[in-house]
Amino acid sequence: MTLRVAIEGVSFWASRLPGWDIAQAVIRGEQAPPEAPSARPAPTLLAPTERRRAPDTVAVALEVAGRACEASGRKPSDLPSVFASTHGDTAISDYMCATLAGTPTLISPIKFHNSVHNAAAGYWSIGTGSLAPYTAISASQYTFAAGLLEAATQVVCEHRPVLYVVFDIESKGPLATVAASRGLFGAALVLAPPAQQQRTLILTTETVSSLDPTVARSAAAPLVADNAMAPCLPLFEVLAYSSPRTVRMCLSRSTALNVQVN
Amino acid sequence: MQSRPLRITAYTLCSAAGDGRAATLAALRERRSGLTRNDFGPTPIATWIGRVAGLEQQPLPEQFAEWDCRNNRLAWRGLLADGFIQAAEAARDRYGADRVAVVVGTSTSSIGASEEAYTRLDADGRYPADLRRPIIHTPHSLGDFVQQVLGLTGVSVTVATACSSSAKVFAQAERLIRTGIADAAVVGGVDSLCGSVLFGFNSLELVSAEPCRPFDVERKGINLGEAAGFALLEKQAVRGPWLLGYGESNDAHHMSTPHPEGLGARLALTDALRRAELQPSHIDYINLHGTASQKNDEVEAKVVADMFPASTFASSTKGWMGHTLGAAGIVEAAISLLALDHQLLPGTLNAQTLDPACGPQIQRENAERKIRCALSFSFGFGGSNCVLVFGADR
Repeated sequence: MTLRVAIEGVSFWASRLPGWDIAQAVIRGEQAPPEAPSARPAPTLLAPTERRRAPDTVAVALEVAGRACEASGRKPSDLPSVFASTHGDTAISDYMCATLAGTPTLISPIKFHNSVHNAAAGYWSIGTGSLAPYTAISASQYTFAAGLLEAATQVVCEHRPVLYVVFDIESKGPLATVAASRGLFGAALVLAPPAQQQRTLILTTETVSSLDPTVARSAAAPLVADNAMAPCLPLFEVLAYSSPRTVRMCLSRSTALNVQVN
Repeated sequence: MQSRPLRITAYTLCSAAGDGRAATLAALRERRSGLTRNDFGPTPIATWIGRVAGLEQQPLPEQFAEWDCRNNRLAWRGLLADGFIQAAEAARDRYGADRVAVVVGTSTSSIGASEEAYTRLDADGRYPADLRRPIIHTPHSLGDFVQQVLGLTGVSVTVATACSSSAKVFAQAERLIRTGIADAAVVGGVDSLCGSVLFGFNSLELVSAEPCRPFDVERKGINLGEAAGFALLEKQAVRGPWLLGYGESNDAHHMSTPHPEGLGARLALTDALRRAELQPSHIDYINLHGTASQKNDEVEAKVVADMFPASTFASSTKGWMGHTLGAAGIVEAAISLLALDHQLLPGTLNAQTLDPACGPQIQRENAERKIRCALSFSFGFGGSNCVLVFGADR
């Protein structure tokens, strides 16, 4: 099977690569990454009272979702979306577990409803007024590839553009020792049915006896290597250049997802 | 690329109402609720729960010890019921281990194991040694476990969109089969009782201190439950009921309350009927989301009253096993399939006086009649909606 989709918008955010323009320049070796980390992006889609207390997951997901839509020229409310995160909101999970261990009846109702894996997707749909379906998935170290495949199948099956958003945040507390992830990271793509004059992705799955995924090699790699979503970086390294190349990612223990970027 | 109906060649469920299809069917027929007074954890809040008995005494077999936790034990119980493992293995042998996808839903996965770890941290604040197993502290714990048990090697994904999770798995699996990425898919969902949901829903003042009464004018809120359920979807098969369509949408309204007019629910419903090429008048039975929360039932009753003829029989089965959250989609899909296979339409257990918002569709008592088309509604936090359409074997 082969899935062919156009790529209409790209966005990227890490604390020392705050935006796709900077990330691209660092990947290409045109500039050094900024020394100082940036503050987390402001979730301007939300009401002012909600912005400050928005979880990091929501802040970074809304930032990259909005930028990818801008880059594509598509109206956010028209796009179905796929949100993927390896561990979800580990900061809230740490809060929930710690509170339950001590004073369970004091659980904050807002933290509880923000603890769902689809919280970022929910805030995005509310903020943009989008009634188009979203989903929220997880697949451990295969999360990025699994979400990309789901977004591409939606484009092919439904003949409509789809927003794909990924994020993982810094894990906190005891949970961080078993669900490791460092730094705040997000990235997004707008995928669409192929048209002329656009870059396309051709996705194929392949059963393999040993996995040999493409390794991230640019100066951006060490800046996101400790984040749980780091397996997405090789694709963004290819997207930073205009030349065609194929990226190989792991989709399961013995399935590779090959992504040919034209 | 047009969707085509898929056969459901095996399905099962395990909840407080019963372990497997026969036990569930008997409980539905005899109107026997599995709800009991909350006794979960050291300081239980005053509510009723749908607890699956015996999980504490049933660790996973040795070869799956790495995945052992309450949620995966419940998944294992579900996989053992009705010969589901054998059916999935037969599909694996027929199509190839890499050609059978796993798409399963959950809301909290095995967070209960993380909660337990926090009550037993060592002197340095680290997890106790027996719980230092990363796979059970991430949402994909469920999908990874199911794939491992069934010896599958292709796509495995865990969908977590709160209470619509294990309904949306049917849609995602259908797309994987339609595009040729898989030939068959194991779909399903598992959610187990844990402190997060009991105290979390309690903090939102959504739980009822008495057995839940969906669509009752005096309903007081939800009862939480736990369940596992699975179905096997195949492109090529000669018998089995059909997945005729699905509809997905969201409310874009509020994180924890539904849109007052059910805007998203109506969109999902319209989308589902369009894909199945059916009209509301073709629908014999609807398994409603019917959580017994004030808002959900009010909005859902209005949607059903507006969109369906009086001849459609609609009910909520939450009175049997409570709201099983991320497993509710598959549990209610399985009950809809039981209704198609056994001509039993379950009524709404515990509803005494129906809310005036209910139209003639919403029924308290069971009925026995042959039906051809059934819908299952699932609506979740974050406004995520999914409607499934099933058809009888023909």
